[in-house]
Amino acid sequence: MQHAEQLVAGARTVASATSPSPLLDVRDLTVTFPGAAGPVQIVRGLNYSIARGETLGIVGESGCGKTMTSLALLGLVSGGGKVDGTIDFNGSNLVSFSQRQWQQLRGRDIAMIFQEPMTAMNPVMPVGRQIGEVLIKHQKLSRRQAEKRAVELLASVGIPSPARRAQDYPHQLSGGMRQRAMIAMALACRPRLLIADEPTTALDVTIQAQILDLMLTLQDEAKMSIQFISHNLAVVSEVAHSIMVMYAGKAVEYAPSDDLFANPLHPYTQGLIATLPDPDKQVKRLYVIPGRVTSGITVGCRFASRCPRADEGCRRTEPEFVEVAPGHHVACHKVGS
Amino acid sequence: MTELLTLDRISVDIPLDGGFLKPKTILQAVNDVSLTVSKGETLALVGESGSGKTTLGYVVAGLRKQTAGTVTFGSSQRNADGSPPVQVIFQDPFSALDPRMIVGEIVAEPLRLKGVSAKERLARAAEVLGQVGLPPEAAGRYPHQFSGGQRQRIAIARALIAEPEMIVAGEPLSALDVSIQSQVLNLLDDIKQQHGISYLFISHDLGVVRHLADRVAVLYLGRLMEVASRDDLFATPSHPYTQALLAAVPRIGKGRRKKEQILRGEMPSPLAPPSGCVFHTRCPRAQAICRETRPQLLPAPGRPTQLSACHFKD
Repeated sequence: MQHAEQLVAGARTVASATSPSPLLDVRDLTVTFPGAAGPVQIVRGLNYSIARGETLGIVGESGCGKTMTSLALLGLVSGGGKVDGTIDFNGSNLVSFSQRQWQQLRGRDIAMIFQEPMTAMNPVMPVGRQIGEVLIKHQKLSRRQAEKRAVELLASVGIPSPARRAQDYPHQLSGGMRQRAMIAMALACRPRLLIADEPTTALDVTIQAQILDLMLTLQDEAKMSIQFISHNLAVVSEVAHSIMVMYAGKAVEYAPSDDLFANPLHPYTQGLIATLPDPDKQVKRLYVIPGRVTSGITVGCRFASRCPRADEGCRRTEPEFVEVAPGHHVACHKVGS
Repeated sequence: MTELLTLDRISVDIPLDGGFLKPKTILQAVNDVSLTVSKGETLALVGESGSGKTTLGYVVAGLRKQTAGTVTFGSSQRNADGSPPVQVIFQDPFSALDPRMIVGEIVAEPLRLKGVSAKERLARAAEVLGQVGLPPEAAGRYPHQFSGGQRQRIAIARALIAEPEMIVAGEPLSALDVSIQSQVLNLLDDIKQQHGISYLFISHDLGVVRHLADRVAVLYLGRLMEVASRDDLFATPSHPYTQALLAAVPRIGKGRRKKEQILRGEMPSPLAPPSGCVFHTRCPRAQAICRETRPQLLPAPGRPTQLSACHFKD
């Protein structure tokens, strides 16, 4: 098919997966919430790093802990949640940050964009003014300077008639334009790390393609790192240099993108790839991962109840997260056995 | 081929109140669309938000009246209220089920309208719940006790119990997690095989459409851009808009797409649709004629059953 050929291969290659000093290095990150039957670990023992200028994709279904992981990076875990482990960002450990330090960091060094800009933006403030707020706070610009810069930012994310659009309220913009405006706001202070949580899930495929392209173009210009969260492996495959697959709060596989798709090792990753209906080929019947995510499993492998290869050992002992090839980590008793 | 459903030149105009001292405006949600669905066939309606695919689905389901054109069912069967044998499954299984009714009552409600006895209703409800893969005990529980995928199964059971000849499915998978989507998709496929039901399947996900549809209709700003068999549409898409939609689908392992493949701009307002071909403002092939003359839906070169509304179709 003509499109398939035009899509030039070249999944993003990892230039420096283990470069000397990654921008972000997360060790043993655990987020615990109090529960009726004792503490619940929503995120458990994550280890990953993101090099400068590169993108990590985090993939998993609802409740796998991918959003909580991002909130931990922004110091936004609330509701009695406790963050343990270390989050080394550019040389400082964010886990020990004070409220004041977080406020200086958020929006300046680490920024976030969300799935639904309508709920993430202030509905009663014009878009240009909202972007200006960030600049006034972090770059000490005057209101007039900030709003002028906001118009430039709106232009840089491809919004037509930016000066007029800056006067609009969020509801006056289309979904795609709102997402562009939120990206403009997130990038206002040229953050080193952008966290994007399902940024294209609410958009049409055509607009999704535009937004992904915009993010990659801006990343190239600013040499920014991105933590890109999605339930959709195909979307992540277009933007990420490396990918971490999460299940029930834990990482089950973590590898450079090319390796992960060429050689998926964990049964859950294999299942996620196989369940996706492919627009380029016809299959008689779609693969099904049986059952659904069950919470509260504390013994053995959390995926065991849905895993076609699980045995007694899997239900008894939790698998270690081991490096089976350079940069390719997997937590499964059946890999290599 | 016996046509179960024939849509002949359907248009839906939605009048919008302009507010105080402002004139009323007309939103052309669907404009002059003709389609057929034969018995046991799945027709997919695809297009971006605002393409009119959901409005057209509502017309087929009898939930909205068309402003012009006729809807004909080639079947003498009718629902209890005299409406055509069509049932609907909605996108959001959380808002589609009454939270205060137990699942058995929800599923059996179409039969209550038909005057079927309580005892028989219960028996039939248990039967269809089994067909969608839920245990008999499910009938006694409330919707909140089920996951999203299970709730979508309940909605499917409710549609099935009325023994429809057609199910209008409006994005039935998009609220579900990926591992659950394939379960529900396979279920819809099974139901089609077992009951010979036709689907009008409304979706923006071309991967899903390729899996389930027999034919595909592509809509843009309420107009038909292309209608073709699934195989023709995916192998040799004729209309530039269809080609753009296919190119935009994310694919594993294809990496970053080329800039020139990305469809620019957004769908214009349906309150002021462009002249000529409505797609010309975003079309990479647009010429003067596209701005002036609306293209007819005509066969693509050498493919008599693949219809495409483009002056420069492939």
